[in-house]
Order: sequence, then structure tokens, then C-alpha cells
Amino acid sequence: MKILVTVKRVVDANVKIRVKPDQTGVDLANVKMAINPFCEVAVEGAVRQREAGRATEVVAVSAGPASCQETLRTAMAIGADRAILVKTDVELQPLAVAKLLKAVAERERPMVVLLGKQAIDDDSNATGQMLAALLGWPQGTFISKLEFGDGVVTVQREIDGGLQTLSLTLPAVLTTDLRLNEPRYASLPNIMKAKRKPIEELTPEALGVDVTPRLKLIEMREPPARPVGQKVASVAELVARLRDEAKVI
Amino acid sequence: MPSYRAPLRDMRFQLEEVLGIESLRNLPGFADAGGDLVAAVLGESAKIAEEVLLPLNQSGDREGCRFADGVVTTPAGFRAAFRTFAEGGWIGLSGDPDYGAQGLPYVLATAVSEMMISANMAFSTYPGLIAGAIEAISRHGSAAQKRTYLPRLFKGEWGGTMNLTEPHCGTDLGLLRTRAEPRADGSYAITGTKIFISAGEHDLTDNIIHLVLARIAGAPAGTRGISLFIVPKYLVNGDGTLGARNGVACGSIEHKMGLRASATCVMNYEDATGFLIGEANRGMRAMFTMMNAARIGVGLQGLALSEIAYQNAAAYARERRQGRALTGPAFPDQPADPIIVHPDVRRMLMTMRAFTEGGRALLLRTALAIDLAHKDADAEARRDAEDYAALLTPVVKATLTDLGFESVNLGLQCFGGAGYIRETGMEQFVRDARITQIYEGTSGIQALDLVGRKLPAHTGRYLRQFFHPLDRFLQDEMANPALKEFVSPLARAFARLQQVTAWIGEEGLKDPEQAGAAAADYLRLFGLVALGHAWAGMAKVAAERLASGTAEAPFYTAKLATARFFMAKMLPDTAALQARITAGAAPVMALAAEAF
Ligand SMILES: Cc1cc2nc3c(=O)[nH]c(=O)nc-3n(C[C@H](O)[C@H](O)[C@H](O)COP(=O)(O)OP(=O)(O)OC[C@H]3O[C@@H](n4cnc5c(N)ncnc54)[C@H](O)[C@@H]3O)c2cc1C
Repeated sequence: MKILVTVKRVVDANVKIRVKPDQTGVDLANVKMAINPFCEVAVEGAVRQREAGRATEVVAVSAGPASCQETLRTAMAIGADRAILVKTDVELQPLAVAKLLKAVAERERPMVVLLGKQAIDDDSNATGQMLAALLGWPQGTFISKLEFGDGVVTVQREIDGGLQTLSLTLPAVLTTDLRLNEPRYASLPNIMKAKRKPIEELTPEALGVDVTPRLKLIEMREPPARPVGQKVASVAELVARLRDEAKVI
Repeated sequence: MPSYRAPLRDMRFQLEEVLGIESLRNLPGFADAGGDLVAAVLGESAKIAEEVLLPLNQSGDREGCRFADGVVTTPAGFRAAFRTFAEGGWIGLSGDPDYGAQGLPYVLATAVSEMMISANMAFSTYPGLIAGAIEAISRHGSAAQKRTYLPRLFKGEWGGTMNLTEPHCGTDLGLLRTRAEPRADGSYAITGTKIFISAGEHDLTDNIIHLVLARIAGAPAGTRGISLFIVPKYLVNGDGTLGARNGVACGSIEHKMGLRASATCVMNYEDATGFLIGEANRGMRAMFTMMNAARIGVGLQGLALSEIAYQNAAAYARERRQGRALTGPAFPDQPADPIIVHPDVRRMLMTMRAFTEGGRALLLRTALAIDLAHKDADAEARRDAEDYAALLTPVVKATLTDLGFESVNLGLQCFGGAGYIRETGMEQFVRDARITQIYEGTSGIQALDLVGRKLPAHTGRYLRQFFHPLDRFLQDEMANPALKEFVSPLARAFARLQQVTAWIGEEGLKDPEQAGAAAADYLRLFGLVALGHAWAGMAKVAAERLASGTAEAPFYTAKLATARFFMAKMLPDTAALQARITAGAAPVMALAAEAF
């Protein structure tokens, strides 16, 4: 069983991001980048399946500029066997990524495509769902447990009301929640081995996918600074101000 | 609790832009050390330092090590953290691939160590001592000894120690009494007491490989009769499994000012089976060949603690509000300004920063020399690098630990009263840093090593490896307008160094006490000039980047500003040091010993 696992390069979770002065997006010049934490969980999940003998190969795939190679090397240091980079400098939106992944999935024919449920940069939470629809495969999103059976995978999903268990027929698209596992620290020997593992490069053109953006970002702004807290003298005043000023009750 | 973010940008600046380790790809081990791998290695070790080791630093200090019935228990969490570190293969970063290590450059291992020490210096002593044992066995062990011990040490399955000190002999190892009686089977029976042995006993590994200095029965007195032995806690069977417990036991552990999560042990040897490593009576020489790396490692501790103290002092200074800026309120809507507006707080932060970044440049340059001394294809280049490392080792050790201690102390000062309270963690850095000026040879002993051994060695040959490149740099850049503000003060300080070097050469020859009394000041002057050279080199790269246009202008501009601070506010100490040195030994030795 082959698992295709997706990785996205995003701003490191510890970086305090800033909006560009012209408000066209987040300033990414020289900020530290890292593998999206949800993708890291997905890679760890896939590698554990291979280590347990259930998966035979784990292929990491990323779409974006050449610098995504570094992110793919991170995935291979965790244990992915090889990697595919769909190289493009076009700004990618979820539907374009889903189409690229569909094309890659059709070449690679995995039993499972494992994605992070969302990326911490734009929090779209859309690519996995779109991919499942495009492939016509069943989907299990926000999973915190997975178990493979004969031609099926049973997943536990984190949903608003609690936990839901689904059984899906393979092949399937799965997206991970953070509680699926705790990713390991890559070992030094594996970091070095990752350097020698192959990264295949493809392009959207070669895959026959039009990645032209379809959504337009009009403006990006910092959220308004939170005003300092205020003390109220009594419960009555609190209620009055919640009603009259904040208009929340 | 103190926070810590590994200074990855500065490390890559130093390794890639200043030292240019990419250009050394033809050296064994360096071929892999291209940009991607350096980034990946530094990035992953930063995660371990920040997420695994840092959270155990304060708790480890509070809990300390416990001793009962010969068994030492490390603080909660240390075992799991050690497993993560060891199983990740980090101990073998720069070791010999033939024995399971990764063969990467020592200079890269040094950057990784810095992060581990910043996050948790006490923890880092355990892998640090393993590295010491590895170095000894790699350099002096027989093929069989290497096969038996190295792979397990690299994996962190076994620990290591260095046993030099005895109750009556620390600096003066010639007084050493531990005995080694030859046995018929070629092994030795080791008997004696060692004190202050770091990691002598603990619960992190299945076995501990002690390296012990002892005197073979009938050997000459003094340092010429000392040999080095491997004494495993558990003897190792032919098939590599652990055999009987050896005759070595921990008698007690010390209660210390700092470094409390690192076990400092009294080790009692009673007819313990030891195996000679290297030649008989050549133990001190074996120790000396390892000493460069060990001493640079201690210098690194001073630097690493300064880094984390600086980060926390800077963060605190931006938050704590007291008083008003002298030029008028910076935050009129607040009752007071953050203390970072005050020039005196800036002085402290800039001093810490200039020391830390300059120290890192100097230290990594010296670590690179150790790589080159081992690996350069050209024999003459190897010797030059070896000379440079030998000369700079005492300078790095004493300068980075003495100024490192001053720096963490400034960090505490930035916190005011809160710095004196345990909670903030600043006082722990001060307590932990203090030992670095003492072990692996006190700062005073480093100064004597520099003046008494390194300067006169081979009629001044070592000195050329520092003086000539610096002289060339000054000649080359003298006319460069972009660097004038750095080159001129450096040239003046260098002239002072040359003058006092000549003074010591002359006066020291006539009266050794002149050299002895001047040694510590001389070493500091040397250290400041070396830091100045490092800063001028960084300024050159930063100025070039800015001139050719860069998206990272704030980073390079800050480099230049810090370089200016160093030249204007720290390097001038060389003038006072010169005056002190040339005032001679008489004021120091005037009182008779009975008058004290
Ligand atoms: C926490 C800790 C961990 C340690 N770990 C180890 C370890 O793992 N293995 C090990 O073997 N040892 C270890 N040591 C011992 C350490 O290396 C010695 O304490 C150190 O070398 C100094 O020796 P000493 O304590 O005997 O001081 P002394 O030699 O008694 O020195 C006292 C003072 O006299 C000065 N002095 C001595 N001789 C001279 C001289 N000839 N000229 C000028 N000044 C001189 C010294 O600079 C110092 O200021 C450790 C010590 C500590 C505290």
C-alpha cells in the first residue's frame, strides 16, 4: 500500500507575522519558514504506517516554488521515502492545489492521500475536501485515529459535538487533526539520508493543470489592536455596558 | 521561566557568510555540509534545545541530582530527554563514520552544542563528557578499543568521564597519586580517589567509560610518570555484552553553587580493572592533545549562557516600565517608559550583544581551525591550522568564560531585583556560568599557558598564525572607506598587542614573575584584539551585503551598529590593559607572603 502525503511550506508558527505595508498580503521576506504543523502530523502518521508494515511506500508531495524542496527534505527526514515537487512560482489557491494533487494521485495511484486538515498560513481547510471530490474518493477529515482493515480504513473524526467513527472504502482521502500523533524529532542520520533521497520535479503544465488564481485578495489588514480592559464598579454597570456599548446582549 | 530561541540566523551568517564553510566542500565531511543540510541540522537541533531541554533547565536546577547508596539519580525528565538526544544520533555528529558517527564538521557540532548549552548547560555536560571520552579513544585507543567502545559511546548507550582531579591535585597534576599495578593479563589494577568528576555516576546510560589518569608502579614522579587508562563501570565481555561490575564506585556527590543537575562525583577506585590507552607514561601528552576541544567547549559554555541571558534581558527591558526617557516620554499615554529607553540599560544590552556575537565568531573560527588541522589535504595548511588552534585555545577559553560571566551578570542586572529572585531564572545563569572560569584549567592557568607555552613555542611560530592574517587584513582594508571606522581602532589595539608581546618577551626572559604577573591582563588584551578582528570581519561582510542591496537590511545594519559599539566601547580597554601590563610585577609582589 502506497501513501501519498502532502506537505506545505508555511511561515514558522513561532514567527510574529506582519502585513505588508501595501496591504497585499503577509510579509514573507526573510521570515523563518517551516513545514505546516498539520502536514507534519500527516507525514508522521504515514511513516508510522510504513514502520508498522501496513504501508510499503510513503511519497511526499508539495506544490510551490523551489524552496519547497527544503520542506520535502524535512518530510523525508521524518521518514518519507521519496518526494515530488510540483514547481511553480504562481500563488496557489486550494482548488489549484487540489487539481495538482489529483494529477499526481493519478500518476502515483496511492491507496491513501493523507493531508493536513488545514495550513496555518491561510487556514483554508479546503484542499482535502476538494481533492476527494475531484477524485471521486471517500473522505475522512479531521482524523485523530486511523486503522486499516481489508480494503477499508476506519477513522475517528474530531467534530463539533465530539467524536465520529467512519469506515471508508479505499482508496480514500484523509486529513489529519493535531491529535493524530505527536511528530518525532528527526534523527541526525535520517536528516543526512534525506539529503540523498530523490525529489522528482514536475510542473503544472506537464500535469495539464491550469493554476491561475481564481480568487482575488482585495486587502489584508492587521486586526484592530485590542483596547485595554476596563474595570466596572458593579454587575449592573457590567450588564448595562454589555447591552448598550458592546451590544452583545 | 526564561525563554530561548536558537540564534539560527546569526549562526548561518557566521558559518556561511563569514567563514564560508560551503567553500570547504573538498574536505572530508564537508561535502555534505552544504546550505540545505546545515539549515536542517541547525533547525532540528534548535527544536530539541527549545522544546526538550529548555523546559528541564530550571526544574533540574531546583531538584538537583540525588545520591543514595552509590547510585546517582538525575532530575525528573533527564532520562527521557537524554534518550531523545542520544537516539537522534546527535552525540555522533562530528565523529568517525567507521564507528557509526556522521562525520560532519566539528564547527557544525560546535554550533549545535551552543544551542544545547544555552537551553540546559547542566544537561549538556553528560553528552559533553561522552564527547571527551570519544576524543580520547579515537585519538589514542587501539583498534580493538575503538571497536569496543566508540559505537556505544556515539549512540549514547554508554557514558564517559574524565578523571584527572584528586583531593590534593587539581591544577598541578604532577602530584597525582592514583596507582596502576600491572597484572599478568596485560590489564592494570587501578586504586585511588578522584574528586569533582563530572558525570562520574548517573542513571542515563547502561555503562560508564571512565578515562583515568594514574601512575604505573615505578613510574617517574611528576607529569612524566602519568598514564591514561580506560576503566569501564561494567567490564565488557568479548561479545560486547556487559559483564561484572568493576571496582569503581561513586562515594558521594558535591552540593554546588550552580550546574546542580550535573553530577559532580567522588570516585573511588579499588583494584579496578583498567586498560592502558596510548603509551605508558604518556598520559599527559594524550590529555593535552584533547585539551583544545575540551577547553573550547568550556569557552562555548560562557558564550552560550550569555546568549540566553541576553535574549531574556532584552525581552525584559522592552516590557518593564520604569522612569522616563531622558529626551522626554517615549510613551506619553503610559505611566512610564520601558527601561530599554535608558542609556545605561542600553549599555548593558549592547555589551552583552557585542560580546555574544563577537564571541561566536571567534569561537567558530577556532573550531574551524580544529577541523582544518585534522582534515586539510595540505600538510602545511594542517600545521598552520593546528598552530592557530593551539594559540587561540587558552584565549578563547578564558576570554569567553570571564566575559561570559560578566555578560550573564549584566543580564541579571537588567532585571533589577527580579533578577535576584529564582523565578526569573537569571540568577541560575550567573551560578551556572561561574564554574566555566574554573574547570578545564582556571582562567589564570589559561593565561600562563598562553604566555609561558604558546608564545615561546617554536620561537614564536604559533603567534604568526594570528598576527600575520590580522596584519594582512589591516593592510588590505586600510584604504577601504566603508571599513575605516573599524580598521583604525583595530589597528591601534593590534599595535598595543604587538608592543606588550615584545615587552613580555623581553622582561619575562629576565624575570619570569614579570610574565606571570602580566599573564591575565595580556590574555584579556589578546582576547579583545581577537574579538575585534572577528568584529571587523563581520562588519566587512555586512557592509558588502548592504552595498550590494539586500532584503535583510535590518540584520546587517544591526551588525554594523554592534561592531561600532565594540570598537568604541569595548576595544579601548586594551589601552588600560597595556598600562597595567607594563607597570610590571613589582606592585603585585611588593608585600611579603606573611603580610597577607
Ligand atoms: C563542578 C566541577 C566539575 C569538575 N569536573 C571535573 C571533571 O570532570 N574531571 C576532573 O578531572 N576534574 C573536574 N573538576 C576539577 C577542576 O578541573 C579543578 O577544580 C580545576 O582544574 C582547579 O583545580 P583545583 O580545584 O585543585 O584548584 P587549585 O589548583 O588548588 O587552584 C587554586 C587557585 O590557585 C591558582 N593556581 C594554581 N596553580 C597555579 C599556578 N601554577 N600559577 C598560578 N596560579 C595557580 C588557580 O588558578 C586557582 O585560582 C571539576 C570541578 C568542578 C567544581
